[in-house]
Amino acid sequence: MNLVRNHVLISIDAGTIMAGARAVEKALVDEINRQGLAGEIAVLETGSIGATGQGVVIVVYPEGLYYANVTSEDASEIVEEHLLKGRPVKRLIMTEMPRQQVIRKEKAGLLKEQARIVLRNSGVINPENIDEYIAEGGYEGIERAFTELKPAGVIKEIKDSGLVGRGGAAFTTAMKWDFASKAPGDPKYIICNADEGEPGTFKDRLILEGDPHKLIEGMMLAGYAVGAAKGFIYIRGEYALSIERLEKAITQARLYGLLGENILESGFSFDLAVMKGAGAYVCGEETALIESLEGKRGHPRNKPPYPVTEGLWGKPTVVNNVETLANVPEIIRNGAAWYRGYGTDKCPGTKVYTIIGNVATPGLIEAEMGTTLRDIIYEYAGGIKEGKKFKGALVGGAAGAFMGPEMLDAKMDFVNLKEYAAVLGSGAILVMDESTDIVGMLQSVLHFFKHESCGHCVPCRLGTKQLVEIVDRIAGGKGKVEDIESLVKISEVMRDTSFCPLGQSLNLPISSSLKYFRDEVYGRVQQPA
Amino acid sequence: MNREAILKKFEPNLSNILYIMHDLQDNNPEKYLAKEDIEACADYLNVPYSYVHSVASFYTMFSLKPRGRNIIRICESPPCHLMGADSLIDYLKGSLKVDIGGTTKDGMFTLELTSCLGVCGVAPAMMLNEEMFGNLTPEKVDSILDKRRKEI
Repeated sequence: MNLVRNHVLISIDAGTIMAGARAVEKALVDEINRQGLAGEIAVLETGSIGATGQGVVIVVYPEGLYYANVTSEDASEIVEEHLLKGRPVKRLIMTEMPRQQVIRKEKAGLLKEQARIVLRNSGVINPENIDEYIAEGGYEGIERAFTELKPAGVIKEIKDSGLVGRGGAAFTTAMKWDFASKAPGDPKYIICNADEGEPGTFKDRLILEGDPHKLIEGMMLAGYAVGAAKGFIYIRGEYALSIERLEKAITQARLYGLLGENILESGFSFDLAVMKGAGAYVCGEETALIESLEGKRGHPRNKPPYPVTEGLWGKPTVVNNVETLANVPEIIRNGAAWYRGYGTDKCPGTKVYTIIGNVATPGLIEAEMGTTLRDIIYEYAGGIKEGKKFKGALVGGAAGAFMGPEMLDAKMDFVNLKEYAAVLGSGAILVMDESTDIVGMLQSVLHFFKHESCGHCVPCRLGTKQLVEIVDRIAGGKGKVEDIESLVKISEVMRDTSFCPLGQSLNLPISSSLKYFRDEVYGRVQQPA
Repeated sequence: MNREAILKKFEPNLSNILYIMHDLQDNNPEKYLAKEDIEACADYLNVPYSYVHSVASFYTMFSLKPRGRNIIRICESPPCHLMGADSLIDYLKGSLKVDIGGTTKDGMFTLELTSCLGVCGVAPAMMLNEEMFGNLTPEKVDSILDKRRKEI
């Protein structure tokens, strides 16, 4: 057997492919072959390591050394200097390291001792190889479910873990599963909502690209708990690489007998299909997503009945977000008590954030529930770019809330933020430095909603249009004080009367921008004589 | 591939309608769903023409009018806005001499907006057909488009 001396991991995700990762990979392999090192050095693909905006990233093991912004031209130098002669190429070494571990809120700094939950394998294993997932304890959860827990035990374990939905609405996962398992109707369905469209959010994409088997196992566990034999993954049409990786993973799981009839002789049968969306933000709403899966316009449905009793084709259906389902195998494998060791009492576990905007190192991170905004920005993301001052952040995507500097020390979790009239939402944190124009940001948010309003109900269809007209007027310097009042009033009516969360959530960015940046917004309108 | 061959790839179930329309559109040299595409889809799924048209018009990835050989989809959501997407869009409109949704006179490019592409770490970003590009500046956009022009 050949002993491999060095492993070179190259991160292949949408971001690094954009920066030329495929060409770098080829150059590395070619150079390794040219130098006759093919038997000693293995080049392996992996998912995102969490850092974005740093070009092509590779990691050399056993040293664990990260190189950033690697180009094809650098390949020969890396092979020759580092892999052949053992001298790291200093100019390419990554200076801003991605945080591989969860920061414990009580002892930030002791990074090495901690473990990631959702992103544990992301950027570590090859997502296109099921064996690597299995080697990391993959599919042990489903085994424990079959042999020890049985369906009721799975639901109880998830209930005890306190897991709530990570898509934005924070509904208790076990409750959804329990309702669906008890609802009359056959067959039942599991849907994974991978229609990630909230501006600034790409956590689900990186989970799908970096660890697709974790999602498959999570869906199997959901199916087993609820009594469903079929699952659908509804994924954005724009996420080409995610679709490719997921389809490969499903094929592998079928080959291993982990999907299909009578899985591992348990008597449980389950299979998955990937469905590709076509560009509609509103399809992230679960009933609109179901309509779209059925081949219709993605209009939200009346609720009740909820999908857990009447969902896809009128049958009991569980709809869970990618991140939620990615938590499930870890909880089942390690137990609810272990999971509760992370996060806060009311919100156990971690949250995956995408931190972007004017920060030094934008990227994907996983932090415990209850971590402060300050830690997330300054500990994980390296602080504000170019040493500028923090002005505020838009947290939770376009449907989220603005936060000012006074919120830096607020503990971030679903329950606590509610008290500040803010939301964690999808986990997007868009950081703004002192030069940011708040009215311009609000304008961008409202234009987004006008474009994405599906036209189904009057308050949202007409409201978004009027809000855009008004905010454009204010941004153009022609606004009046009454215009600001109209923004608030219209968005309140929309909050109270819109058919689905799309129209209902617009009030949040408007009211929060006024809460923290009142003087700035009022300073932009013509002052009464 | 002709229309029949595309349709045959799928079971005639309504739930396949998005897949069928994606394929029909990709196959159309003018990158849109022509009347004939919609008719073929409606016949195959045994639903009225108006039904297919209504579904197609709902989703932004489908176009009901002819487009250029290359589709530029530029992101205008808040993260890209914060990093200067506005001026980039103005620049593109000026240099291509088209408005949003318009096609250049030589039929080479159609300029469209897209919702968040999920590559916010390298905002502002755009897609050219299936390929993503980030950290865009006017110069970078020029070189990407020039390269594309030369490839054809």
